[in-house]
Amino acid sequence: MTESTGKMTGARALIECLYREGVDTIFGYPGGVLLPIYDALYDSDIRHVLVRHEQAAAHAAEGYARATGKTGVCIATSGPGATNLVTGIANAYMDSIPMVAFTGQVPSSLIGNDAFQEANITGITMPITKHNYLVQDAKELPRIIKEAFHIASTGRPGPVLVDLPKDITTEEIEFYYPDKVELRGYNPTYRGNLQQIKKAAAEIKNSENPVIYAGGGVISSDAAGELKELAEKIQAPVTTTLTGMGGFPGNHSLFIGMPGMHGSKYANYAIQESDLIIAVGVRFDDRVTGKLKSFAANAKIIHIDIDPAEISKNVKVDIPIVGDAKGILTNLLKYAEKSQSEEWLKKIEYWKKQYPLHYIEPATGDGIKPQYIIEQIKEACEDAIIVTEVGQHQMWAAQYFRYKEPRTFISSGGLGTMGYGFPASIGAKLGKPDKVVFDISGDGSFQMNSQELATVVQENVPVIIAIFNNGYLGMVRQWQELFFDRRYSSTCIQDSVDFVKLAEAYGALGLRATKRDEVRPAIEEAIKSGRPTVIDFVVECEENVSPMVPAGAAINEILDLERKE
Amino acid sequence: MRHTLSVLVENKHGVLTRVAGMFSRRGYNIDSLTVGVTEDPTISRMTIVVRGDDDVLEQVTKQLNKLIDVIRVTDLKSEETVERELALFKVSSDVSNRSEIMQIADIFRARIIDVAPRSMIIEVTGDESKIDAIEQLLRPFGIREMVRTGKVALRRGAKGVSS
Ligand SMILES: Cc1ncc(C[n+]2csc(CCOP(=O)(O)OP(=O)(O)O)c2C)c(N)n1
Ligand SMILES: [Mg+2]
Repeated sequence: MTESTGKMTGARALIECLYREGVDTIFGYPGGVLLPIYDALYDSDIRHVLVRHEQAAAHAAEGYARATGKTGVCIATSGPGATNLVTGIANAYMDSIPMVAFTGQVPSSLIGNDAFQEANITGITMPITKHNYLVQDAKELPRIIKEAFHIASTGRPGPVLVDLPKDITTEEIEFYYPDKVELRGYNPTYRGNLQQIKKAAAEIKNSENPVIYAGGGVISSDAAGELKELAEKIQAPVTTTLTGMGGFPGNHSLFIGMPGMHGSKYANYAIQESDLIIAVGVRFDDRVTGKLKSFAANAKIIHIDIDPAEISKNVKVDIPIVGDAKGILTNLLKYAEKSQSEEWLKKIEYWKKQYPLHYIEPATGDGIKPQYIIEQIKEACEDAIIVTEVGQHQMWAAQYFRYKEPRTFISSGGLGTMGYGFPASIGAKLGKPDKVVFDISGDGSFQMNSQELATVVQENVPVIIAIFNNGYLGMVRQWQELFFDRRYSSTCIQDSVDFVKLAEAYGALGLRATKRDEVRPAIEEAIKSGRPTVIDFVVECEENVSPMVPAGAAINEILDLERKE
Repeated sequence: MRHTLSVLVENKHGVLTRVAGMFSRRGYNIDSLTVGVTEDPTISRMTIVVRGDDDVLEQVTKQLNKLIDVIRVTDLKSEETVERELALFKVSSDVSNRSEIMQIADIFRARIIDVAPRSMIIEVTGDESKIDAIEQLLRPFGIREMVRTGKVALRRGAKGVSS
C-alpha cells in the first residue's frame, strides 16, 4: 500500500485512480447519478470527450485502445446510459481489446427496487466482460479500479466494467492506492513451454508447405517484429486475419493477404494445401475456417495463444503453446530453422499471379469502383490509420490497402458492429493526433452513429469519413443477390440523405465525388483541410466483394464475383 | 460420460451467477451443482457434475479457470474420491404399510424424520446409485415429494483440493 493521500470523496478517488493508471482521455456522457463524478472531472486534467450517444463512448474508447495499445476508458450513467454501452462492450470483448467501462448506479439502498434509471448492468454485461464489479463499499473503490485496469490489460485483454452506486461516489474515504493486485484466481501464463517450442521448431524444419496464420494477438502482444523475423527465417507465407491486419507488412513478398470468407484465393489455397499451420494469436473463427471439417485437413497445427481456452476449441491442435506471443516467438526464433518450402513458395507465387485480388474498371463512363477509392487513399496517405464500419466497404478496406504497421487498421471483427467505425476513429485520432485517420464507411453504417459529427466538431477531432455510398446495405444485398434470387428485401437505402448537407449542418466539411477523377482531389482536400470531413463517394451500386466462400463451404471452394459492366 | 468437478471460488456475491451463466451460455449440461463455504471462510467450494466427453470436460475446465473468481478447478476421479448426496423422500403411507417402508429405510440405513397419519419423510445419504435404488423401492408407495442435494465430494487421503 502506498501512503494515504488524505480524505476525499469516492468521485475524487476515482479521478485520482485514473491519474495513477495514466489515463488522460475518457469518453462519456453524464446523467443524474454521475453528477458527483462529473463535478470532480470539471477541474481535473483528464480530457473528457462528450459523445452524443453512449454507444459511441464505448467504441471511441476501443478505438483509442487499438490505436495506442493503452486501456480505453468510457463512462455512462445508470439505466439507459449503461445499456447504451452494451454493444461497445460486447465489441471489445469479441476482439479482446483492453477497456474499462464505468457506469453510474442508483444509490446502494435502492438497488433491486426497480428505482428510476436502475438497470442491472453487472448482470447484463456478465457474458460480455472479462470481469465486472458492483462497488459495495467506498473504501474498496481504489482496489477495485486497480484490479479493473490490471485485468483489462493483462493476459488476454478485454473489457472490465465497474458499476458505481451514487452513494459510493459521495462518501468520504481515506485514499490508498494499492501498489499491486492480489487475485488468486487470475494468473495468466506468459512464458511458453520450452519443450513445446522445441517441438514446434522441429515440425517447422521438416515442413514443406508451412503457413503462418496470424491474428489480433500479434498486435496486442506487440509481436509484429518477431513475426516478421520468424517468417523470413523459416520462409513461410503469412496470412493475417481482419484483426491481425498490419501485424505483418502488407507489401512483403511472403504476405498472402487475408484468409477465409473474403480472403485472397491464394491464402485459402495455401491453408488448404498446407502441411503445417503456425497459428499465432488467432481463434479459428468460422469466418476464417469455413467448413471446419475440411479446414487445413492435411496440416499439423501449432497454436500459440495466451488463452488456453482457445486451444482446440474449434480445430484440434497438435502443438499448443500457451503464453504471450512476443516471448514465444522470440524463443521459437532461437530454435527454428528454415523449412523445406522452396517449391511451396514457387507455387504460392504462381497462385498469386494466377488469382490476384482484382476488380474490373468500368469500360465506359466514369463511375467509381469502391476498390479504387481504397487504392487512392493509400496512395495519398500510406501511413494513415484506417478505421472501418461493417459491410462491403470494410472488406475492400481489408483487401486493398496492404497495411504495413500494427495499429493502423481498426475494424470490428468478431461482433461485426455497424456504427463502430466513426466513433472508433474519434478514439484513434485522439490517441494518435499526428496521424491522418480515415473512417471507411458505408451509407448504412454511417447512419448508425452519425450524431457523432457533433462530437468531432465540438471537440475539433479532424477525422475523415469516407462514405462508400452505394445506396444499399451492400453486404446484405450481395447475399440476397447470390442466395435469395435478387429479392432486395429492405436493403435499398438510396437517396435517403444528403451526406454533404448533413456534414454542413453539424459544421463539418462536406465533400462529394461522383466521378472517378474526383476521387483523389476530394481525398487531398479532406486531408489538407484539417477539419472533420465527410466525403460522399457515390460508387457503383451493385459491386460485389470478391472472392467469396459461401457460408458453410470449404475455404478453397471460393468464388469469383467481380462484376463486369 | 459424467465428471465431478471440485471448484474453489471466491466467497463473494455473484459468483454462482457467473459460473451458472457460463455453463448455460456455452451450452454445457450440468447434472448437479452444490455450493457451500469451505474451511477458509473466504472460499466456497462448488461441486459440479457435468456431462460430456473429454473434449467438453477440457473446455469446461478452461472456461471455469478463465473466470476471475474461480481459484482452482479439479476433476475428481471416482476411484480417489468419496462422494455423497442427501435426499429426502415424502412417501404416502398409513398404518398398513408404515412398517414395510421402515424396513426398506433400515436396509439403506436411512432415517425416518417425520411421520404423519398419511405420510412419512425419509432421509437417506449415500452415493448416487444408493439413492436411485431406494427411490425405486419407495416409488410403489407413492412419492409425494422428493428433494436431492446434488453430489458433494472430497478427495480421499490427506491430500486435498485446495488453493
Ligand atoms: C448493428 C448491425 N446491424 C446489422 C448488421 C448486418 N449487416 C452487416 S453488413 C450490413 C450492411 C452495411 O451497409 P453499409 O454500411 O451501407 O455498407 P456496404 O455493405 O453497403 O458497404 C448489415 C445490415 C450489422 N453488421 N450490424
Ligand atoms: Mg452501403
